[in-house]
Amino acid sequence: MSPLGDAAVYAEFGDTLDLELNRSLQALAAAIRARAVPWIRDVVPALCGIALHFDPFHPELPDAVLEVCEELLQDCFKSASKFADSGHTVEVPVCYDVEFGLDLSEVSQTTSISISEIIKRHVKTEHWVLMVGFSPGQPYIGGLDPKLSVPRRATPRTRMPMGAVAIANAQTVVYPYATPGGWSIIGRTPLTVFDPARDPASLFAPGDRVRFVAITREEFAQLGGA
Amino acid sequence: MRVVRPGLLSTVQDRGRYGLQHLGVVPCGPMDPVALELANALVGNRNGEAAIEITVLGPEIEFECDALVAICGAQFDATLAGRALPLNRPVFVEKKSNLKTGRALVGSRAYLAVAGGIATAPVLGSRSTYLPARFGGLEGRLLRAGDVLPVFQSSADFAFKRYENLSSKKQLAGGIRSVSWSAPALTLPEREPIVIHAMQGRHHAHFDAAAQRAFFEATWKITPDSNRMGFRLAGPMLAHAEALEILSEPACLGTVQVPANGLPIALMADHQTTGGYPKIAEIAAADVARLAQLAPGGTLQFARCTLQQAGELRRVLRQRLDAALRSVDWMIGK
Repeated sequence: MSPLGDAAVYAEFGDTLDLELNRSLQALAAAIRARAVPWIRDVVPALCGIALHFDPFHPELPDAVLEVCEELLQDCFKSASKFADSGHTVEVPVCYDVEFGLDLSEVSQTTSISISEIIKRHVKTEHWVLMVGFSPGQPYIGGLDPKLSVPRRATPRTRMPMGAVAIANAQTVVYPYATPGGWSIIGRTPLTVFDPARDPASLFAPGDRVRFVAITREEFAQLGGA
Repeated sequence: MRVVRPGLLSTVQDRGRYGLQHLGVVPCGPMDPVALELANALVGNRNGEAAIEITVLGPEIEFECDALVAICGAQFDATLAGRALPLNRPVFVEKKSNLKTGRALVGSRAYLAVAGGIATAPVLGSRSTYLPARFGGLEGRLLRAGDVLPVFQSSADFAFKRYENLSSKKQLAGGIRSVSWSAPALTLPEREPIVIHAMQGRHHAHFDAAAQRAFFEATWKITPDSNRMGFRLAGPMLAHAEALEILSEPACLGTVQVPANGLPIALMADHQTTGGYPKIAEIAAADVARLAQLAPGGTLQFARCTLQQAGELRRVLRQRLDAALRSVDWMIGK
């Protein structure tokens, strides 16, 4: 466990992507949150670890906060179920037309897999949300077919379109906002990934299962995609 | 409150939006929470009420009803109906008068708090503006000329009652109704380069020896492309000893990360919740508010500190703030 300054700690359980590990982190996060420790403001499960963010000026914040957090984690580890997902499955319609899948042909060249086969493999496997982070609602989704594994693009795009579905590092990301990004875009979803006025605001939560469903350009428009 | 001139970067901020970082939603909130807490206390609000954060060049605001206001944080040039407006104290504003703020003379951010608080609709439990994702505050954006900021219905009543309760009221030049005392400014930058305490970050060892030394020895300058998300620092390039591929992991307020170009970024109130750049250092929580008061062009040095020393810095800051808040509460008749 390492401190992230004096207002957070990060407990890392590995440094490579491990789906089983990630699932147990989700259970651990739930167990920690259930304790409702007054000086812990945020419990953030990440790809390979968990961060606890404190209120650094909370009157009950213990002096030996690292030791207290270590104990809390171990305690919760025992009480947490071995692994749990959230019980939710998010179905994500994706239009994989080349109009949206800007990097499909490049991915096809890198992997020597045809575009139609890429789509088939992307919708076929079971995915789940490993972490939500960077921007509000942005999911890092594991379970990508290993054959589709491509690295980040050498030159990041200055603007990933909103709703872009992109792959890299054995994961899929769905971009909630138009932000810069270096992942390869294979399609776009018409769904609103994050809407603060909706309940729940975030389409994805850590631990959710995800199924990608291929849709046509017409269906994309019918579902409200621009 | 009607915005006549918006200033450079004015947003609504309350204490912040907590408990949603696992969904990628950062707390936002004030860049200088100490100044916000003092401003709210001076007008009798509870801690964390929404106020206007003003930056470097402040706004002009017309009050459509009576109000009790206070400006805390950076030392701004300010006038009320053309007369010099004192900072760090409660001031009674008569309806139909204009409060003008000019340039920040010392520091860069201040909070304009109004008795009763600003009443924009809370989003996900907070009124703080989150500019990158465009929600919270007023439509998730910077204030613009012509905006009308809602205040609580009762704020005109509060203004009068709370003004009546103030100790040592004083009519200043030009008939400005205020008091003869003021709250201390606790976060104003001292002589530059200011000293900011920082602990070694998780990836400190991945930087080469020269970079590790340079980080704590160099004088860093805040670059103009700095914003509420992060302060970009110009100085010596910090080389990574080895090409480092790290998986995205949580980042926090005060994390100093170093992208491949070798120039560090200190993460501020609107920072991303996770990131994949190596972390060379973490700024002590007690020093973040002082750092927030530096404007682009401002300079700083990092002083190495331990987790224990960071805790001591927090205690000292908290004691000074609590002492100030106690006197304020006494003087406002709370």
